[in-house]
Amino acid sequence: MTTPSLAAEDAVPARPAPAGRSPGRLMWRRFRRDRAGVVSACVVAFFFLAALAAPLISWGYGKDPYTTYGLNEGGLLNEYGYPVAPDGGVSGRFWFGIEPTLGRDVLTQLLYGIRTSLLIAAAATVLCVLTGILVGVTAGYAGGRTDYLLGRFIDLLLAFPQQLSFVAFTPVVYALFVSPGKETPTSLRVVTLIIVLWVLGWMGLARLLRGQVLSLREREFVEAARVTGASTWRIVSRELLPNLWTPILVQATLMLPAMVTAEAGLSFIGVGIVEPTPDWGRMFANGAKYYESDITYIFFPGIAMILFVVAFNLLGDSLRDAFDPRTKR
Amino acid sequence: MLRFLVRRVLGAAVIVLLISAITFFLFFALPSQPALMSCGKNCTPDALAVINRNLGLDEPVPVQYWHYVVGVFAGRDLTVGHCPAPCLGYSFSNQQPVWDTIMDRFPTTLSITLGAAAVFLVAGVGLGMIAAAFRGTWVDKVVSSLSLLGHSLQVYFLGVVALAVLVSGLHWLDNPEYHPITEDPVKWFTGMIIPWLVLSVIFVANYTRMTRSQMVEQLAEDHVRAARAKGLRRRTVFFRYAWRGAMTPIVTLFGIDLGSLFGGAIITETTFSLHGLGRLAVTSVSETDLPTLMAVMLVGCTAIVVANIVVDAAYAVIDPRVRLA
Repeated sequence: MTTPSLAAEDAVPARPAPAGRSPGRLMWRRFRRDRAGVVSACVVAFFFLAALAAPLISWGYGKDPYTTYGLNEGGLLNEYGYPVAPDGGVSGRFWFGIEPTLGRDVLTQLLYGIRTSLLIAAAATVLCVLTGILVGVTAGYAGGRTDYLLGRFIDLLLAFPQQLSFVAFTPVVYALFVSPGKETPTSLRVVTLIIVLWVLGWMGLARLLRGQVLSLREREFVEAARVTGASTWRIVSRELLPNLWTPILVQATLMLPAMVTAEAGLSFIGVGIVEPTPDWGRMFANGAKYYESDITYIFFPGIAMILFVVAFNLLGDSLRDAFDPRTKR
Repeated sequence: MLRFLVRRVLGAAVIVLLISAITFFLFFALPSQPALMSCGKNCTPDALAVINRNLGLDEPVPVQYWHYVVGVFAGRDLTVGHCPAPCLGYSFSNQQPVWDTIMDRFPTTLSITLGAAAVFLVAGVGLGMIAAAFRGTWVDKVVSSLSLLGHSLQVYFLGVVALAVLVSGLHWLDNPEYHPITEDPVKWFTGMIIPWLVLSVIFVANYTRMTRSQMVEQLAEDHVRAARAKGLRRRTVFFRYAWRGAMTPIVTLFGIDLGSLFGGAIITETTFSLHGLGRLAVTSVSETDLPTLMAVMLVGCTAIVVANIVVDAAYAVIDPRVRLA
C-alpha cells in the first residue's frame, strides 16, 4: 500500500465500496497510523539489529568486550580501580566509559550483553509460544479428560514459585548435563537458562488459548468444517489457528521482555551467565558493586533496559489495538 | 463455604505434596555430599559410608522422601539429635535444623512483603481510580505514562539507584537493614523504607492499569447507569457501585503477587543485602545446601497455594454472584 492510495481515499468521500481487504492488511493499516506503535516498533527493531550486528559494530568501533583496556594501559584506572576520567571514563575513545576494576569497554560489553540476553529470551519465548499453542489448543479442542489432565498439570506448574524455581533448578539442570567438578561451558549455561525459563513460562499462554479455543470450537464455521468431514488437523490449522494469531502475537510481545528481565535477574543473582561472557544482567550485578564510586556504569545497561521494556510494552498495546479496534484504552 | 474450603485445602495439600516430591527428586540430580562436611579431614570411604547410613542417605530416594514427609508432621530422629514436629531436616552448612533457619529468616521476608504490599495496593488502586475519574484528561495521561515507566523498571536497577541517591548521595537513610519490629519499631520502619518504595514503584503499575480499566468498564455497566439514573450522587456510584465490581481482578492480582513475594523476594533481598528467604535460597544454591533449599521451595509453594485459596474465598465475599461449590 502506497501513499497515493491513502491520499485518494481522503480526497474522494463518496466512492464505490472499497475492494475487500484482508484482516491482515486492515491490521497493518491501523498499526501504521498508530504513531506510538511505529516508534516503539522501530526501537525494538533497533535493539534486535544492535544485538545481531554486535560483532560488526564492535569491529567498526575498534574494541571488544573482553580486552581489559584499563589494565593493559596506564592512566585509565586509578589506584582503586576506578576510571580516572569523570563520569565513569566516558570519552571520545570509550563512548560509554570503561568498567571499574577490569577496565573493559562498556559499550561493547552492553552490546554483547544484550546479544546474549536477547538470544536466551527469544529462544525461550519461541519455545513457550509453541508449547502454549500445542497444550492450549489440544486442551481446548479435545476437551474431556485430556482437558482436565492438562488443566491440572498447568495448575501444578503454576504453583511453583517462579523466581525461586529458576534459582533452585538452574543448578539441577547444569548437573544433569555436566559431571560434578567440571566447568560448565557457556553454551550449556545458555541452553540451561532457556530450558528453565521455558519449563515454567508457557502456562499463561496455554490457558488463554484454551479458553479461546473453547469458544471458537462451538462457532458455526468450525461446525461446518466438521460436518463437511474436515480432519482434525485441518480444522486446527485452517479454522482455529488463523483466529488465534492475535492473542498469540500480543502475548509473545509481552512475554519476550519478561523473559529478558527474568534472565537478567538470574545473572544478577549469580546463577545465570558467568564471566567472561558478557551479559546484560551481570552488568547490573557489577553496577551494584561499584555504585558508590562509579554510578555512571549502571546507567547504561539500566536505561537501555527501560527503553527496551517500554518499547515492547507499547508495541504490545499497539498490536492489540490494531488487531482489535473495539478495545479502547 | 465450608465444603468449598475443605475441598480447596485438600487440593492444595495434594499440590504441595506433588511439588515437594518433584523438588525432592530433582535435587537428587545435584552433586551433593552432606556427609563430607561432617566427616572431617581424615575422611575414609568407610567413614563416609557410615555417616551416609546414619543420615539415611544410602536408602532409595522414595524412602528418603517418605521419611522427610513423616518428619514434617511427626518429627524424626537425626544423627545430630531429635528434630521436633515440623522437621525439615538438618542443614550442615548452617549447623542447625532447617526449621530454625527458616524461622530466623522469615520475619525479614514478611516485613518486606507486607510493607511493600500495603504501599503498592493503596497507591496503585488510588492512582487507578484517580485516572478513571479523570479519564481522558492530562491527569489520566500522566498516571498512565508513569505506570508504564514504573512497570518497565527493575529492582536491580531502581534499587541500586535508590541506594546511591538516598543513602550515599543525600544521606537521608541508612542502608536497608532488618530490625525486629518488637525491638524497635522506628528502626524497623526506617530500615525497610527503601525496599518498600522500590518494590512499590515497580508493582504499583499493574494495579493502576488494572484498576483504571476495570473502573472504566464498570462505570459503563447497566447497574451503575441505573444507579445514576435513580439520582444517586456521582461519588456514591463511583465508590459504592463501580468500585466494588472493579475490585475482583485486583484481588486476584494481589493474591498472586503476595504469594510469590512470600516465597522470597530474591532479587530485592539480594539488591539490598537483606537476609530473608530469597537470599537464603541463593546461598543454599551456592553451598548446595539441599535441605534448606527444599524448605524454602516448600514455604514458597505453600504461600502461593494458600494465597490462591484466600483469593477465591475473598471473591465470594466481594462478588455475591460468585457461588462457591
